[in-house]
Amino acid sequence: MTEFIVITSGKGGVGKTTSSASLAVGLAKRGKKVAVIDFDVGLRNLDLIMGCERRVVYDFVNVIHQECTLKQALIKDKRYESLHVLAASQTRDKDALTKEGVERVLNELKDEGFDYVICDSPAGIEKGAFLAMYFADRAVVVVNPEVSSVRDSDRILGLLSSKTRRAENGGPPVAQHLLLTRYNPVRVAAGDMMSIDDVKEILGIEVLGVIPESEGVLAASNAGVPVILDEASHAGHAYDDAVARLLGEERPMRFLEAPKKGILSRLFGS
Amino acid sequence: MGLFDFLRGSPKQTATIAKERLRIIVAQERSARGSPDYLPLLRRELLEVIRKYVNVDQDAIDIQVKRDGDHEVLDLTVTLPDKAGAAATAAAREA
Repeated sequence: MTEFIVITSGKGGVGKTTSSASLAVGLAKRGKKVAVIDFDVGLRNLDLIMGCERRVVYDFVNVIHQECTLKQALIKDKRYESLHVLAASQTRDKDALTKEGVERVLNELKDEGFDYVICDSPAGIEKGAFLAMYFADRAVVVVNPEVSSVRDSDRILGLLSSKTRRAENGGPPVAQHLLLTRYNPVRVAAGDMMSIDDVKEILGIEVLGVIPESEGVLAASNAGVPVILDEASHAGHAYDDAVARLLGEERPMRFLEAPKKGILSRLFGS
Repeated sequence: MGLFDFLRGSPKQTATIAKERLRIIVAQERSARGSPDYLPLLRRELLEVIRKYVNVDQDAIDIQVKRDGDHEVLDLTVTLPDKAGAAATAAAREA
């Protein structure tokens, strides 16, 4: 049984690609057969975050236009052999993706016995974002604890419950999860940032994970190694927890508290 | 918060403001969700017609589609200006 998971947000720059890469790696690490697809036609980036940018020969649009086979376009990850990347096209126009084409590729991945297909959505609510979510069984809505991101997420949640295959066919609704990223416990404690409970209360859906703001995320994208593989980074551990929860494990939320300060930094601020 | 921040006075808790603003706008946008696309245009045209007769504000009309059992009800509320204001505009028009 193949599960299609869309990683979406509405707003740009909240961490969709970072999250797609880390969730895909986390699932592959647990022995699942995973494909991660970049739907951001014209602005390919997943390949950079995954560290396979120099191995892209064919892309998603080539497969859709039947200029190559799916097998030729899937890039096998060097770290986990059950993990495959399908890069977005860099040159074609946005209309290069079609509903029929996307469906054909997803069906082919299903026939190939993939356990999970992660669809990395572009920002916005245009065609690419629509097609990334259309066939989804599950959605991970990436949100920052910040007003515009939360509002856009609510808009996306509305689209997930009306503009998807499941919604149109009247089947069970797309399962929805929140993934809170760039969470800064110090600012939450100071009352400058909305807390996990605030965001949960406004959006009213279950939280899959909270990823603390971390220097590790930039370092990971610099190196092309998804942050989940960084043993020293809290963000990496938080992604690992999220993957476990995705697979049905129960794990307590970590990294929600500000680190304790010493007496000097307490007195003089930091 | 450090000693100096304390002396400077506590900053406003902006997270609470953010949450309140979001709560309102999200509720409003959710209620508009799924309602027919023609509502904004209908609202504008009704406003134009009403303004031929009464001088009402831009936001004087509130339109909502509500569910009542198995049929939908178009709920239309027009707020007319208070008497004094209306008299003033009428007087201004006559002058």
